[in-house]
Amino acid sequence: MSSSVLTDLPGPKARARHALYGVIGTIIILGILAFVIYRLADSGQFNPELWSWIEYQQIQLSIVSALLRTLEAFAVGAVLALVFGALLAAGRLSDHRWVRIPAGFVVELFRAIPLLVLMFLLFFGIGGISSFLAVVLSLMLYNGSVLAEIFRAGILAVPHGQAEAAYALGMRKTRVMLLILLPQALRAMLPTIVSQLVVLLKDTALGSLILFQELLYYFRQGIGGQTDFGNPAVPSAISVAAIYIVICLLLSWLATYLEKRNRRSKKRVVLEGPEAEQVEQIALASGTEVSGGGQHDKNQ
Amino acid sequence: MNVLTDNLDVYGSALLNTVLLFVFSAIGALILGGILAVMRVSPVPVLRGFGTVFVTIVINTPLTVLFLLFLFGLPVLQIANIDPFVSAVIALIVYTAPFICEVIRSGINTVDLGQAEAARAVGLTFGQSLANIVLPQAIRSVVPPLINQLNALLKNTTVAAGFSVSELALVYTTLNERGYSTLIALCWVALAFIILVTPLLITQRMLEKRWRVAR
Repeated sequence: MSSSVLTDLPGPKARARHALYGVIGTIIILGILAFVIYRLADSGQFNPELWSWIEYQQIQLSIVSALLRTLEAFAVGAVLALVFGALLAAGRLSDHRWVRIPAGFVVELFRAIPLLVLMFLLFFGIGGISSFLAVVLSLMLYNGSVLAEIFRAGILAVPHGQAEAAYALGMRKTRVMLLILLPQALRAMLPTIVSQLVVLLKDTALGSLILFQELLYYFRQGIGGQTDFGNPAVPSAISVAAIYIVICLLLSWLATYLEKRNRRSKKRVVLEGPEAEQVEQIALASGTEVSGGGQHDKNQ
Repeated sequence: MNVLTDNLDVYGSALLNTVLLFVFSAIGALILGGILAVMRVSPVPVLRGFGTVFVTIVINTPLTVLFLLFLFGLPVLQIANIDPFVSAVIALIVYTAPFICEVIRSGINTVDLGQAEAARAVGLTFGQSLANIVLPQAIRSVVPPLINQLNALLKNTTVAAGFSVSELALVYTTLNERGYSTLIALCWVALAFIILVTPLLITQRMLEKRWRVAR
Protein backbone atom coordinates (compact mmCIF):
# COMPACT_ATOMS: atom_id res chain seq x y z
CA MET A 1 0.00 0.00 0.00
CA SER A 2 2.74 2.44 1.00
CA SER A 3 4.33 1.84 -2.40
CA SER A 4 1.95 4.30 -4.05
CA VAL A 5 3.75 7.05 -5.90
CA LEU A 6 1.29 9.70 -4.94
CA THR A 7 0.91 9.52 -1.18
CA ASP A 8 2.97 9.06 1.97
CA LEU A 9 1.90 6.68 4.68
CA PRO A 10 -1.20 8.40 6.11
CA GLY A 11 -1.10 9.87 9.59
CA PRO A 12 -4.07 9.88 11.99
CA LYS A 13 -5.72 12.93 10.38
CA ALA A 14 -5.34 11.56 6.86
CA ARG A 15 -6.66 8.17 7.97
CA ALA A 16 -9.80 9.82 9.35
CA ARG A 17 -10.21 11.78 6.11
CA HIS A 18 -9.78 8.61 4.01
CA ALA A 19 -12.38 6.84 6.12
CA LEU A 20 -14.75 9.73 5.43
CA TYR A 21 -14.08 9.53 1.67
CA GLY A 22 -14.67 5.81 1.87
CA VAL A 23 -18.05 6.26 3.56
CA ILE A 24 -19.16 8.98 1.11
CA GLY A 25 -18.02 6.94 -1.91
CA THR A 26 -19.75 3.82 -0.62
CA ILE A 27 -22.99 5.73 -0.07
CA ILE A 28 -22.90 7.20 -3.59
CA ILE A 29 -22.15 3.85 -5.27
CA LEU A 30 -24.67 1.90 -3.20
CA GLY A 31 -27.20 4.64 -3.95
CA ILE A 32 -26.73 4.23 -7.69
CA LEU A 33 -26.95 0.43 -7.36
CA ALA A 34 -30.06 0.66 -5.20
CA PHE A 35 -31.69 3.02 -7.71
CA VAL A 36 -31.00 0.64 -10.59
CA ILE A 37 -32.32 -2.37 -8.69
CA TYR A 38 -35.35 -0.40 -7.49
CA ARG A 39 -36.20 0.70 -11.05
CA LEU A 40 -35.74 -2.83 -12.35
CA ALA A 41 -37.96 -4.24 -9.60
CA ASP A 42 -40.49 -1.43 -9.93
CA SER A 43 -40.90 -2.02 -13.66
CA GLY A 44 -41.46 -5.69 -12.95
CA GLN A 45 -38.22 -7.09 -14.34
CA PHE A 46 -37.92 -9.44 -11.37
CA ASN A 47 -41.43 -10.82 -11.76
CA PRO A 48 -41.28 -14.62 -11.68
CA GLU A 49 -43.07 -15.05 -15.03
CA LEU A 50 -40.30 -13.09 -16.82
CA TRP A 51 -37.79 -15.60 -15.48
CA SER A 52 -39.95 -18.71 -15.94
CA TRP A 53 -38.06 -19.65 -19.13
CA ILE A 54 -35.17 -20.91 -17.01
CA GLU A 55 -37.28 -23.84 -15.82
CA TYR A 56 -37.85 -25.34 -19.26
CA GLN A 57 -35.54 -28.24 -19.98
CA GLN A 58 -35.75 -27.55 -23.72
CA ILE A 59 -34.41 -24.03 -23.20
CA GLN A 60 -31.65 -25.18 -20.88
CA LEU A 61 -30.50 -27.66 -23.51
CA SER A 62 -30.64 -24.95 -26.20
CA ILE A 63 -28.54 -22.63 -24.04
CA VAL A 64 -25.93 -25.34 -23.63
CA SER A 65 -25.78 -26.04 -27.35
CA ALA A 66 -25.61 -22.28 -28.11
CA LEU A 67 -22.76 -21.99 -25.62
CA LEU A 68 -21.03 -24.89 -27.36
CA ARG A 69 -21.36 -23.09 -30.72
CA THR A 70 -19.76 -19.99 -29.18
CA LEU A 71 -16.92 -22.10 -27.80
CA GLU A 72 -16.57 -23.88 -31.14
CA ALA A 73 -16.22 -20.56 -32.99
CA PHE A 74 -13.75 -19.48 -30.31
CA ALA A 75 -11.65 -22.65 -30.59
CA VAL A 76 -11.51 -22.69 -34.40
CA GLY A 77 -10.95 -18.93 -34.55
CA ALA A 78 -8.19 -19.10 -31.94
CA VAL A 79 -6.28 -21.89 -33.70
CA LEU A 80 -6.57 -20.16 -37.09
CA ALA A 81 -5.57 -16.79 -35.61
CA LEU A 82 -2.53 -18.30 -33.89
CA VAL A 83 -1.37 -19.98 -37.11
CA PHE A 84 -2.07 -16.89 -39.23
CA GLY A 85 -0.34 -14.69 -36.65
CA ALA A 86 2.72 -16.93 -36.55
CA LEU A 87 2.99 -16.89 -40.35
CA LEU A 88 2.61 -13.10 -40.48
CA ALA A 89 5.15 -12.61 -37.70
CA ALA A 90 7.63 -14.86 -39.49
CA GLY A 91 7.01 -12.77 -42.60
CA ARG A 92 7.55 -9.50 -40.77
CA LEU A 93 10.81 -10.76 -39.23
CA SER A 94 12.08 -12.07 -42.56
CA ASP A 95 15.43 -10.92 -43.93
CA HIS A 96 13.90 -10.53 -47.38
CA ARG A 97 12.23 -7.27 -48.10
CA TRP A 98 9.73 -8.77 -50.57
CA VAL A 99 8.32 -10.90 -47.75
CA ARG A 100 8.61 -8.33 -44.99
CA ILE A 101 6.75 -5.48 -46.67
CA PRO A 102 3.64 -7.40 -47.83
CA ALA A 103 3.37 -9.06 -44.40
CA GLY A 104 3.57 -5.65 -42.74
CA PHE A 105 0.93 -4.34 -45.11
CA VAL A 106 -1.47 -7.19 -44.29
CA VAL A 107 -0.98 -6.66 -40.54
CA GLU A 108 -1.63 -2.92 -40.74
CA LEU A 109 -4.62 -3.39 -43.05
CA PHE A 110 -6.50 -5.86 -40.90
CA ARG A 111 -5.75 -3.97 -37.70
CA ALA A 112 -7.30 -0.83 -39.20
CA ILE A 113 -10.60 -2.35 -40.41
CA PRO A 114 -13.20 -2.85 -37.66
CA LEU A 115 -13.96 -6.51 -37.00
CA LEU A 116 -17.68 -6.03 -37.61
CA VAL A 117 -17.04 -4.43 -41.01
CA LEU A 118 -14.84 -7.44 -41.84
CA MET A 119 -17.68 -9.77 -40.90
CA PHE A 120 -20.20 -7.75 -42.94
CA LEU A 121 -17.77 -7.77 -45.88
CA LEU A 122 -17.32 -11.54 -45.76
CA PHE A 123 -20.95 -12.43 -45.04
CA PHE A 124 -23.07 -9.82 -46.85
CA GLY A 125 -20.47 -8.46 -49.29
CA ILE A 126 -18.76 -11.52 -50.69
CA GLY A 127 -21.43 -13.92 -49.53
CA GLY A 128 -21.78 -17.57 -50.36
CA ILE A 129 -20.25 -18.67 -47.06
CA SER A 130 -21.92 -19.75 -43.85
CA SER A 131 -22.11 -17.27 -40.99
CA PHE A 132 -19.87 -19.59 -38.93
CA LEU A 133 -17.17 -19.41 -41.58
CA ALA A 134 -17.53 -15.62 -41.86
CA VAL A 135 -17.14 -15.24 -38.08
CA VAL A 136 -14.18 -17.58 -37.86
CA LEU A 137 -12.39 -16.05 -40.85
CA SER A 138 -12.79 -12.47 -39.63
CA LEU A 139 -11.60 -13.50 -36.17
CA MET A 140 -8.59 -15.10 -37.84
CA LEU A 141 -7.75 -12.04 -39.95
CA TYR A 142 -8.17 -9.46 -37.18
CA ASN A 143 -6.79 -11.30 -34.16
CA GLY A 144 -4.12 -12.97 -36.28
CA SER A 145 -2.79 -9.53 -37.18
CA VAL A 146 -2.76 -8.45 -33.53
CA LEU A 147 -1.10 -11.71 -32.49
CA ALA A 148 1.51 -11.23 -35.23
CA GLU A 149 2.48 -7.93 -33.62
CA ILE A 150 2.70 -9.64 -30.21
CA PHE A 151 4.89 -12.44 -31.61
CA ARG A 152 7.14 -10.03 -33.43
CA ALA A 153 7.57 -7.70 -30.46
CA GLY A 154 8.17 -10.66 -28.14
CA ILE A 155 10.89 -12.16 -30.31
CA LEU A 156 12.61 -8.80 -30.79
CA ALA A 157 12.55 -8.27 -27.03
CA VAL A 158 14.60 -11.39 -26.20
CA PRO A 159 18.02 -10.07 -25.04
CA HIS A 160 20.34 -9.75 -28.03
CA GLY A 161 23.11 -11.78 -26.39
CA GLN A 162 20.98 -14.91 -26.81
CA ALA A 163 20.91 -14.75 -30.60
CA GLU A 164 24.53 -13.57 -30.78
CA ALA A 165 25.70 -16.51 -28.67
CA ALA A 166 23.75 -18.92 -30.88
CA TYR A 167 25.25 -17.45 -34.06
CA ALA A 168 28.69 -17.68 -32.45
CA LEU A 169 28.09 -21.40 -31.91
CA GLY A 170 27.50 -21.72 -35.65
CA MET A 171 23.70 -22.00 -35.81
CA ARG A 172 21.83 -20.75 -38.87
CA LYS A 173 19.02 -18.24 -38.60
CA THR A 174 16.21 -20.82 -38.71
CA ARG A 175 17.74 -22.83 -35.89
CA VAL A 176 18.42 -19.68 -33.87
CA MET A 177 14.78 -18.75 -34.26
CA LEU A 178 13.34 -22.20 -33.52
CA LEU A 179 15.71 -23.35 -30.79
CA ILE A 180 16.77 -20.13 -29.06
CA LEU A 181 14.47 -17.18 -29.62
CA LEU A 182 11.05 -18.77 -29.99
CA PRO A 183 11.06 -20.94 -26.84
CA GLN A 184 12.18 -18.06 -24.64
CA ALA A 185 9.89 -15.49 -26.24
CA LEU A 186 6.87 -17.82 -26.12
CA ARG A 187 7.31 -18.41 -22.40
CA ALA A 188 7.43 -14.68 -21.79
CA MET A 189 4.55 -13.89 -24.14
CA LEU A 190 2.15 -16.65 -23.12
CA PRO A 191 0.08 -14.52 -20.71
CA THR A 192 -0.27 -11.80 -23.35
CA ILE A 193 -1.34 -14.35 -25.94
CA VAL A 194 -3.97 -15.79 -23.60
CA SER A 195 -5.34 -12.32 -22.84
CA GLN A 196 -5.62 -11.68 -26.58
CA LEU A 197 -7.61 -14.92 -26.74
CA VAL A 198 -9.99 -13.43 -24.16
CA VAL A 199 -10.54 -10.60 -26.63
CA LEU A 200 -11.21 -13.17 -29.34
CA LEU A 201 -13.73 -14.94 -27.11
CA LYS A 202 -15.54 -11.66 -26.48
CA ASP A 203 -15.51 -10.87 -30.18
CA THR A 204 -17.38 -14.08 -31.04
CA ALA A 205 -20.45 -12.25 -29.68
CA LEU A 206 -20.28 -9.98 -32.74
CA GLY A 207 -21.27 -13.06 -34.74
CA SER A 208 -24.84 -12.64 -33.48
CA LEU A 209 -25.07 -9.50 -35.65
CA ILE A 210 -24.49 -11.55 -38.80
CA LEU A 211 -27.05 -14.12 -37.67
CA PHE A 212 -24.54 -16.68 -36.42
CA GLN A 213 -26.63 -18.65 -33.93
CA GLU A 214 -24.36 -18.50 -30.91
CA LEU A 215 -25.03 -17.72 -27.27
CA LEU A 216 -25.94 -14.04 -27.59
CA TYR A 217 -28.11 -14.66 -30.65
CA TYR A 218 -30.05 -17.36 -28.83
CA PHE A 219 -30.67 -15.19 -25.77
CA ARG A 220 -31.67 -12.21 -27.89
CA GLN A 221 -33.95 -13.98 -30.35
CA GLY A 222 -34.83 -17.27 -28.69
CA ILE A 223 -35.59 -15.96 -25.20
CA GLY A 224 -35.65 -12.15 -25.11
CA GLY A 225 -38.13 -11.86 -27.98
CA GLN A 226 -40.51 -14.65 -26.93
CA THR A 227 -44.00 -13.33 -26.18
CA ASP A 228 -44.82 -16.65 -24.46
CA PHE A 229 -42.53 -15.60 -21.61
CA GLY A 230 -43.65 -11.95 -21.73
CA ASN A 231 -40.71 -10.58 -23.76
CA PRO A 232 -38.07 -10.95 -21.07
CA ALA A 233 -35.54 -8.66 -22.84
CA VAL A 234 -33.86 -7.32 -19.71
CA PRO A 235 -33.74 -10.65 -17.82
CA SER A 236 -32.24 -12.41 -20.84
CA ALA A 237 -29.66 -9.63 -21.33
CA ILE A 238 -28.65 -9.87 -17.67
CA SER A 239 -28.39 -13.68 -17.88
CA VAL A 240 -26.31 -13.72 -21.04
CA ALA A 241 -23.98 -11.06 -19.62
CA ALA A 242 -23.45 -13.25 -16.55
CA ILE A 243 -22.54 -16.27 -18.69
CA TYR A 244 -20.07 -14.29 -20.81
CA ILE A 245 -18.46 -12.74 -17.73
CA VAL A 246 -17.95 -16.17 -16.18
CA ILE A 247 -16.32 -17.79 -19.21
CA CYS A 248 -14.15 -14.75 -19.95
CA LEU A 249 -13.09 -14.50 -16.30
CA LEU A 250 -12.04 -18.16 -16.34
CA LEU A 251 -9.81 -17.49 -19.34
CA SER A 252 -8.47 -14.25 -17.80
CA TRP A 253 -7.54 -16.15 -14.67
CA LEU A 254 -5.57 -18.57 -16.79
CA ALA A 255 -3.58 -15.59 -18.11
CA THR A 256 -2.97 -14.30 -14.59
CA TYR A 257 -1.98 -17.78 -13.39
CA LEU A 258 0.48 -18.19 -16.28
CA GLU A 259 1.93 -14.77 -15.49
CA LYS A 260 2.45 -15.65 -11.84
CA ARG A 261 3.98 -19.01 -12.64
CA ASN A 262 6.22 -17.30 -15.17
CA ARG A 263 7.50 -14.87 -12.60
CA ARG A 264 8.39 -17.67 -10.19
CA SER A 265 10.15 -19.73 -12.86
CA LYS A 266 13.94 -19.89 -12.86
CA LYS A 267 13.97 -20.12 -16.65
CA ARG A 268 12.26 -16.76 -16.90
CA VAL A 269 13.63 -14.40 -19.52
CA VAL A 270 13.11 -10.72 -18.90
CA LEU A 271 12.14 -9.08 -22.14
CA GLU A 272 13.94 -5.81 -22.71
CA GLY A 273 14.00 -2.77 -24.92
CA PRO A 274 11.20 -0.81 -26.60
CA GLU A 275 9.66 -4.02 -27.94
CA ALA A 276 9.08 -5.32 -24.43
CA GLU A 277 7.04 -2.18 -23.77
CA GLN A 278 5.07 -2.95 -26.90
CA VAL A 279 4.17 -6.41 -25.59
CA GLU A 280 3.04 -4.80 -22.34
CA GLN A 281 0.97 -2.26 -24.24
CA ILE A 282 -0.84 -4.83 -26.32
CA ALA A 283 -1.54 -6.75 -23.14
CA LEU A 284 -2.90 -3.58 -21.61
CA ALA A 285 -5.15 -3.07 -24.60
CA SER A 286 -6.61 -6.49 -23.91
CA GLY A 287 -7.07 -5.52 -20.28
CA THR A 288 -5.07 -8.18 -18.50
CA GLU A 289 -2.36 -6.96 -16.22
CA VAL A 290 0.73 -8.65 -17.56
CA SER A 291 3.46 -6.22 -16.59
CA GLY A 292 2.39 -6.58 -12.97
CA GLY A 293 3.33 -3.31 -11.26
CA GLY A 294 5.70 -1.78 -13.75
CA GLN A 295 7.92 0.14 -11.37
CA HIS A 296 9.36 -2.91 -9.66
CA ASP A 297 10.16 -4.60 -12.94
CA LYS A 298 11.71 -1.42 -14.25
CA ASN A 299 14.05 -1.06 -11.29
CA GLN A 300 15.46 -4.53 -11.60
CA MET B 1 -16.37 4.51 -57.85
CA ASN B 2 -19.93 5.54 -58.68
CA VAL B 3 -21.17 3.66 -55.62
CA LEU B 4 -19.44 6.34 -53.58
CA THR B 5 -20.11 9.40 -55.75
CA ASP B 6 -23.80 8.55 -56.28
CA ASN B 7 -24.40 8.19 -52.56
CA LEU B 8 -22.27 10.91 -51.04
CA ASP B 9 -25.28 12.01 -48.95
CA VAL B 10 -25.63 8.57 -47.32
CA TYR B 11 -21.91 8.22 -46.69
CA GLY B 12 -21.68 11.81 -45.46
CA SER B 13 -24.38 11.54 -42.83
CA ALA B 14 -23.17 8.09 -41.75
CA LEU B 15 -19.60 9.39 -41.41
CA LEU B 16 -20.88 12.33 -39.36
CA ASN B 17 -22.77 9.95 -37.08
CA THR B 18 -19.71 7.75 -36.61
CA VAL B 19 -17.57 10.76 -35.76
CA LEU B 20 -20.21 12.09 -33.34
CA LEU B 21 -20.50 8.68 -31.64
CA PHE B 22 -16.71 8.61 -31.37
CA VAL B 23 -16.31 12.15 -30.01
CA PHE B 24 -19.08 11.90 -27.40
CA SER B 25 -18.00 8.49 -26.16
CA ALA B 26 -14.32 9.48 -26.17
CA ILE B 27 -15.00 12.49 -23.94
CA GLY B 28 -17.24 10.44 -21.64
CA ALA B 29 -14.81 7.53 -21.48
CA LEU B 30 -11.87 9.82 -20.65
CA ILE B 31 -13.84 11.35 -17.78
CA LEU B 32 -15.19 8.07 -16.39
CA GLY B 33 -11.80 6.38 -16.97
CA GLY B 34 -10.09 9.21 -15.08
CA ILE B 35 -12.51 8.85 -12.17
CA LEU B 36 -11.97 5.07 -12.10
CA ALA B 37 -8.19 5.55 -12.21
CA VAL B 38 -8.36 7.99 -9.28
CA MET B 39 -10.44 5.41 -7.39
CA ARG B 40 -7.95 2.65 -8.13
CA VAL B 41 -4.86 4.60 -7.03
CA SER B 42 -6.59 6.30 -4.09
CA PRO B 43 -5.52 5.45 -0.53
CA VAL B 44 -9.14 4.52 0.33
CA PRO B 45 -9.50 0.72 0.27
CA VAL B 46 -13.28 0.71 -0.31
CA LEU B 47 -13.01 2.90 -3.40
CA ARG B 48 -10.10 0.79 -4.71
CA GLY B 49 -12.25 -2.28 -4.25
CA PHE B 50 -15.23 -0.83 -6.13
CA GLY B 51 -12.93 0.35 -8.92
CA THR B 52 -11.31 -3.07 -9.25
CA VAL B 53 -14.62 -4.94 -9.30
CA PHE B 54 -16.10 -2.62 -11.93
CA VAL B 55 -13.02 -2.82 -14.15
CA THR B 56 -12.79 -6.61 -13.89
CA ILE B 57 -16.46 -7.14 -14.70
CA VAL B 58 -16.65 -4.75 -17.65
CA ILE B 59 -13.36 -5.86 -19.19
CA ASN B 60 -14.73 -9.41 -19.27
CA THR B 61 -18.04 -8.45 -20.91
CA PRO B 62 -18.35 -8.39 -24.70
CA LEU B 63 -19.28 -4.97 -26.09
CA THR B 64 -22.23 -6.49 -27.94
CA VAL B 65 -23.66 -7.74 -24.64
CA LEU B 66 -23.23 -4.30 -23.06
CA PHE B 67 -25.10 -2.79 -25.99
CA LEU B 68 -27.94 -5.24 -25.46
CA LEU B 69 -28.05 -4.49 -21.72
CA PHE B 70 -28.11 -0.72 -22.16
CA LEU B 71 -30.47 -0.71 -25.11
CA PHE B 72 -33.12 -2.63 -23.17
CA GLY B 73 -32.07 -1.67 -19.66
CA LEU B 74 -31.76 2.11 -19.87
CA PRO B 75 -35.38 2.83 -20.91
CA VAL B 76 -36.51 0.78 -17.90
CA LEU B 77 -34.58 3.09 -15.56
CA GLN B 78 -36.77 6.00 -16.80
CA ILE B 79 -34.16 8.68 -16.06
CA ALA B 80 -34.91 10.50 -19.27
CA ASN B 81 -36.22 9.77 -22.71
CA ILE B 82 -33.30 7.85 -24.12
CA ASP B 83 -32.97 7.14 -27.82
CA PRO B 84 -30.73 4.41 -29.26
CA PHE B 85 -27.96 6.88 -30.12
CA VAL B 86 -27.61 7.91 -26.46
CA SER B 87 -27.76 4.27 -25.34
CA ALA B 88 -24.97 3.51 -27.80
CA VAL B 89 -22.84 6.37 -26.47
CA ILE B 90 -23.37 5.19 -22.89
CA ALA B 91 -22.51 1.58 -23.77
CA LEU B 92 -19.33 2.72 -25.51
CA ILE B 93 -18.37 4.95 -22.56
CA VAL B 94 -18.87 2.17 -20.03
CA TYR B 95 -16.96 -0.30 -22.20
CA THR B 96 -13.98 1.98 -22.92
CA ALA B 97 -13.57 3.62 -19.51
CA PRO B 98 -12.00 0.59 -17.72
CA PHE B 99 -9.37 0.27 -20.45
CA ILE B 100 -8.54 3.97 -20.14
CA CYS B 101 -8.44 3.59 -16.37
CA GLU B 102 -5.88 0.78 -16.69
CA VAL B 103 -3.74 2.83 -19.07
CA ILE B 104 -3.66 5.81 -16.69
CA ARG B 105 -3.04 3.63 -13.65
CA SER B 106 -0.15 1.74 -15.15
CA GLY B 107 1.25 5.06 -16.40
CA ILE B 108 1.29 6.43 -12.87
CA ASN B 109 2.90 3.21 -11.67
CA THR B 110 5.79 3.54 -14.12
CA VAL B 111 6.94 6.73 -12.37
CA ASP B 112 9.85 5.85 -10.09
CA LEU B 113 8.92 5.87 -6.41
CA GLY B 114 12.08 7.87 -5.64
CA GLN B 115 10.85 10.76 -7.77
CA ALA B 116 7.79 11.39 -5.63
CA GLU B 117 9.72 10.75 -2.42
CA ALA B 118 12.36 13.27 -3.47
CA ALA B 119 9.62 15.77 -4.32
CA ARG B 120 8.12 15.40 -0.86
CA ALA B 121 11.56 15.54 0.74
CA VAL B 122 12.28 18.96 -0.79
CA GLY B 123 8.96 20.13 0.58
CA LEU B 124 6.66 20.17 -2.45
CA THR B 125 3.01 19.85 -1.57
CA PHE B 126 0.85 17.00 -2.92
CA GLY B 127 -0.49 19.23 -5.70
CA GLN B 128 2.96 20.53 -6.64
CA SER B 129 4.55 17.10 -6.73
CA LEU B 130 1.63 15.75 -8.77
CA ALA B 131 1.66 18.63 -11.27
CA ASN B 132 5.42 19.15 -11.59
CA ILE B 133 6.96 15.74 -10.94
CA VAL B 134 4.61 12.77 -11.33
CA LEU B 135 2.20 13.73 -14.12
CA PRO B 136 4.79 15.09 -16.61
CA GLN B 137 6.60 11.76 -16.37
CA ALA B 138 3.46 9.63 -16.34
CA ILE B 139 2.04 11.38 -19.39
CA ARG B 140 4.84 10.06 -21.57
CA SER B 141 3.82 6.47 -20.90
CA VAL B 142 0.09 7.23 -20.84
CA VAL B 143 -0.61 9.14 -24.04
CA PRO B 144 0.54 6.64 -26.70
CA PRO B 145 -1.49 3.70 -25.29
CA LEU B 146 -4.35 6.13 -24.66
CA ILE B 147 -4.45 6.95 -28.36
CA ASN B 148 -4.40 3.19 -28.94
CA GLN B 149 -7.55 2.89 -26.83
CA LEU B 150 -9.26 5.73 -28.68
CA ASN B 151 -8.39 3.93 -31.88
CA ALA B 152 -10.10 0.80 -30.58
CA LEU B 153 -13.08 2.94 -29.55
CA LEU B 154 -13.33 4.37 -33.05
CA LYS B 155 -13.52 0.86 -34.49
CA ASN B 156 -15.94 -0.24 -31.76
CA THR B 157 -18.48 2.39 -32.81
CA THR B 158 -19.39 0.00 -35.63
CA VAL B 159 -21.10 -2.31 -33.12
CA ALA B 160 -23.80 0.39 -32.83
CA ALA B 161 -24.68 -0.42 -36.44
CA GLY B 162 -25.78 -3.87 -35.28
CA PHE B 163 -28.36 -2.16 -33.08
CA SER B 164 -29.89 0.03 -35.79
CA VAL B 165 -27.97 3.20 -34.95
CA SER B 166 -27.34 4.88 -38.28
CA GLU B 167 -23.58 4.56 -38.69
CA LEU B 168 -20.91 3.89 -41.32
CA ALA B 169 -21.13 0.12 -41.01
CA LEU B 170 -24.90 0.31 -41.61
CA VAL B 171 -24.55 2.17 -44.92
CA TYR B 172 -24.73 -1.07 -46.88
CA THR B 173 -28.41 -1.64 -46.02
CA THR B 174 -29.47 1.71 -47.53
CA LEU B 175 -27.32 1.18 -50.60
CA ASN B 176 -28.69 -2.31 -50.93
CA GLU B 177 -32.21 -0.88 -51.13
CA ARG B 178 -31.02 1.56 -53.78
CA GLY B 179 -29.69 -1.38 -55.77
CA TYR B 180 -25.95 -0.97 -55.35
CA SER B 181 -23.47 -3.74 -54.69
CA THR B 182 -23.07 -4.51 -50.98
CA LEU B 183 -19.47 -5.61 -51.47
CA ILE B 184 -18.35 -2.32 -53.00
CA ALA B 185 -20.41 -0.30 -50.51
CA LEU B 186 -18.63 -2.06 -47.65
CA CYS B 187 -15.21 -1.69 -49.26
CA TRP B 188 -15.68 2.09 -49.17
CA VAL B 189 -16.64 1.81 -45.50
CA ALA B 190 -13.45 -0.15 -44.81
CA LEU B 191 -11.44 2.51 -46.64
CA ALA B 192 -13.17 5.25 -44.63
CA PHE B 193 -12.10 3.55 -41.42
CA ILE B 194 -8.53 3.16 -42.64
CA ILE B 195 -8.50 6.90 -43.36
CA LEU B 196 -10.00 7.71 -39.95
CA VAL B 197 -7.62 5.42 -38.05
CA THR B 198 -4.38 6.43 -39.81
CA PRO B 199 -3.92 9.92 -38.28
CA LEU B 200 -4.37 8.45 -34.80
CA LEU B 201 -1.83 5.71 -35.54
CA ILE B 202 0.69 8.19 -36.93
CA THR B 203 0.37 10.51 -33.91
CA GLN B 204 0.77 7.57 -31.58
CA ARG B 205 3.95 6.31 -33.25
CA MET B 206 5.41 9.80 -33.48
CA LEU B 207 4.86 10.47 -29.77
CA GLU B 208 6.22 7.04 -28.87
CA LYS B 209 9.39 7.67 -30.82
CA ARG B 210 9.90 11.15 -29.45
CA TRP B 211 9.27 10.26 -25.82
CA ARG B 212 11.21 7.02 -25.80
CA VAL B 213 14.48 8.96 -25.92
CA ALA B 214 13.42 11.26 -23.12
CA ARG B 215 12.83 8.39 -20.72
